[in-house]
Amino acid sequence: MTSQAIIQAIISGILMGLIYALIAAGLSLIFGLMEIVNFAHGDHLMISMFSAFWLWALFGLDPIFSIPITILIMAAIGVLTHYFIIRKILNSTMLVQICATFGLAVAIRALAQLFFTPDFRTIKNPLIQGKFEILGIFIGKPQLYASLVCLVAFVLLYLFVTKTETGTALQATSQDRQAAEILGIPSNKMFALGWAIGLSCVAVAGSMLSNFYYVFPDVGVNFSLFAFVAVALGGFGSITGSLIAGIIIGVVESVGGLVIDPSFKLLYVFAVYLFVVIVRPQGIFGRY
Amino acid sequence: MSILLKVENLSRSFGGIHANSDISFDVNEGEILGVIGPNGAGKSTLFDLITGFTKSDRGQVMFKDKDITNVRPDLICRMGVGRTFQKLKPFADQTLLENVIVGALVKEKSLKVARDKALEIIDFVDLIEKRHHYAKELSTGQRKRLELARALATDPKLLLMDEVTGGVDQRTIPGLVELVLKLKKNGITVVTIEHNMKIIMDISDRILALNQGKRIAFDVPKKISENSQVIDAYLGKVDAA
Amino acid sequence: MMNNISAKLLQAKNEPLWYFNKNSLIIIGIIVLGLFLFPFTSPSKFAIHLMMMIFMHAVMAQSWNVLAGFSGQISLGHAIFFGIGAYACAYFYVKFHITPWIGILIGIGISGFVAMLIGIPILRLKGHYFAIATLLIGISFQVIFQRWPEVGSSSGLWIPINRESPWSSMQFHKSKVAYYYISLLFFIVTFFLVWLLNRSKLGYRLRAIRDQSEAASSLGIHVSKYKIIAFIISAMIMAPIGSIYAQYVLIVDPNNAFNVDISILVLLIAVMGGVGNIWGPIIGAAILIPISEFSRIYFGGTGHSIDLVVYGVLIIIICIFRPSGIVSLIPRSFREREKAK
Repeated sequence: MTSQAIIQAIISGILMGLIYALIAAGLSLIFGLMEIVNFAHGDHLMISMFSAFWLWALFGLDPIFSIPITILIMAAIGVLTHYFIIRKILNSTMLVQICATFGLAVAIRALAQLFFTPDFRTIKNPLIQGKFEILGIFIGKPQLYASLVCLVAFVLLYLFVTKTETGTALQATSQDRQAAEILGIPSNKMFALGWAIGLSCVAVAGSMLSNFYYVFPDVGVNFSLFAFVAVALGGFGSITGSLIAGIIIGVVESVGGLVIDPSFKLLYVFAVYLFVVIVRPQGIFGRY
Repeated sequence: MSILLKVENLSRSFGGIHANSDISFDVNEGEILGVIGPNGAGKSTLFDLITGFTKSDRGQVMFKDKDITNVRPDLICRMGVGRTFQKLKPFADQTLLENVIVGALVKEKSLKVARDKALEIIDFVDLIEKRHHYAKELSTGQRKRLELARALATDPKLLLMDEVTGGVDQRTIPGLVELVLKLKKNGITVVTIEHNMKIIMDISDRILALNQGKRIAFDVPKKISENSQVIDAYLGKVDAA
Repeated sequence: MMNNISAKLLQAKNEPLWYFNKNSLIIIGIIVLGLFLFPFTSPSKFAIHLMMMIFMHAVMAQSWNVLAGFSGQISLGHAIFFGIGAYACAYFYVKFHITPWIGILIGIGISGFVAMLIGIPILRLKGHYFAIATLLIGISFQVIFQRWPEVGSSSGLWIPINRESPWSSMQFHKSKVAYYYISLLFFIVTFFLVWLLNRSKLGYRLRAIRDQSEAASSLGIHVSKYKIIAFIISAMIMAPIGSIYAQYVLIVDPNNAFNVDISILVLLIAVMGGVGNIWGPIIGAAILIPISEFSRIYFGGTGHSIDLVVYGVLIIIICIFRPSGIVSLIPRSFREREKAK
């Protein structure tokens, strides 16, 4: 195995990792706000990927341009999810909270199977295609652009949460719901906003992924799992943590696949998860 | 009188906060030791350290001449140290009797014997009529008795009680105090955290005063009431004795 | 310590340890008798199959229930123990010609052992972390078995058909009735064992851990040890069902043995019936399995996806409107006043 192959793996790992990071950031945001793990996160990603696909298949809209539309769709789904389901289980036991989003995941996935069939879809001839070559390292353009867009989205998210008034309100709610309420910050609206933003992250990631990834009903499963590991590693509730963790996971997946065996990628990531939750349960930056 | 519990230089910090700094004291067999201090003084942390719920940074805890520093909580219980919690933790969906049976199972091998022992203890705390009531149906005062009964069922030689009279109806307080004195009469050594100055001064043989994680006084009640550091910490509340 | 024995105390001590509701016992006895006699009423093949599926899923849900109801941990990957039971039974028959009756025992043993290995690192994790870990483990098992040549990789193990000695090979080709009785037997035995567990010292300790694990610790209970015990018991209850299933369909592959759908259905049945209550899994299975079987008939292939949509939606609805399950709809006076919660 050449050092070139390893560098190749590391680079693709980082690129993919940035996408994982954005997905994880959405999950982390939701958890930080209301301590609910969205077990349907990967399936929400799947919906955004299918949205991008159908916008292309039916209207010829290239994924890059459909980003604003998918953001709107996913934000709406986020608010609806909060309004119809999450709102009702905020004070329930952990069993209920885990099962509710788990049930949602099952339902979304099965609905996709029913309506979209299990067929694998791809977007043909997207605007972004082809690859670069730098010093013998191949970088697919779709992957590179996807990572860059995700990174930009990530930075925007970070700036929003830390620098804007609404963002600070969000932070306040996630740190102390009651205190924030007393200060006039309505929790319910903050939670809905959290879901809207969390799923918008997923919308961006999904749109960019549809450029080069197969789109099918079960595609969200692995992304869910990777997102969980990333959030655990980075720290539930920490956005910066998601960035670092996402990249680490991308690299572990990629290098592990190269060095050991590509078919066991999930196991390497799982090993990371075990390591984190046993050695440092609160993750790199986490509070829990 | 022999020393039952000996604590030396017990310390614990969380981040930058020194919850407990070099706390040292001892407890004689058969006495009631009161622990006082303003909110945040580190009283509950002290209990957590002694009973193994929090790891100490430094220091030693000796119970009956055995080192129990950082030993697992369930082992400490089996050795004879019981405790109640400030924030009550009853098994809400189980009956009073079922709650206490859990405690009794520490020493009793058979369920029937454990049940009988649990009944005796429930009788001791005067709740025999409520034995089949679900814990969530009980009043705060009754739940405090439940916690006490549960801990008593484990046959402790030393009982650490965290705020027995906190949050209960004024009328039930004398009953609870009487209960604590009954414990002493039955040979159980008690260390109790209390905010109610009058009670603590009345029933304690000695008092340990904490402030900001440090021990500021450890003496008989009369001397404590005259201790200027204690008075400072409480801004005159001590005069209620 | 106690010198004054009051009259009330004496009276309390004379109460029996457990209350038996004679009426309930009679009803249960009649139902069990009815189940035993059922095959003699010449039911259709489908009816026998349906009852079998109900028994098997009730046991699996009971297994999930033991973990959730006793240790408070939510498992999203319970299929692993089903798969271990299925593979163990099939493997030892195919490779070593060991009769499935022993194979079931081997499956139980391996299952318990694996539960211990997995349990030690992950049981101390808090709710969400544990649930995620079980998801990851579930899929990991599938991935590993898909690439493990010794057990047939993706094709799995095909159990050779044996028509000569049906009992020693646990294969019944003339009629399914024997499978029916085997699954009924496991159903009754499991139910009885869990009933005993509820009334045992172990049951008290586990319920304490479920309700307030810190308080339990202060009352002399070694929390992590008992959580692992609950996990092992749960795994050992699940495994035989996988073994019986293997003998029923005669083929075991990573897809039917470690399928996440099993984990989903088992969770749904337990939650719908009522977590922490011994009757929950039975009620849940009795309602959901007929629905699932009938939908398979009417909707064929897509029936599976429709099933899953229904399962997912049902889980959500139960979580929002009646998280304590159907069992909580039954007035308490009908439920036996025993420690079976």
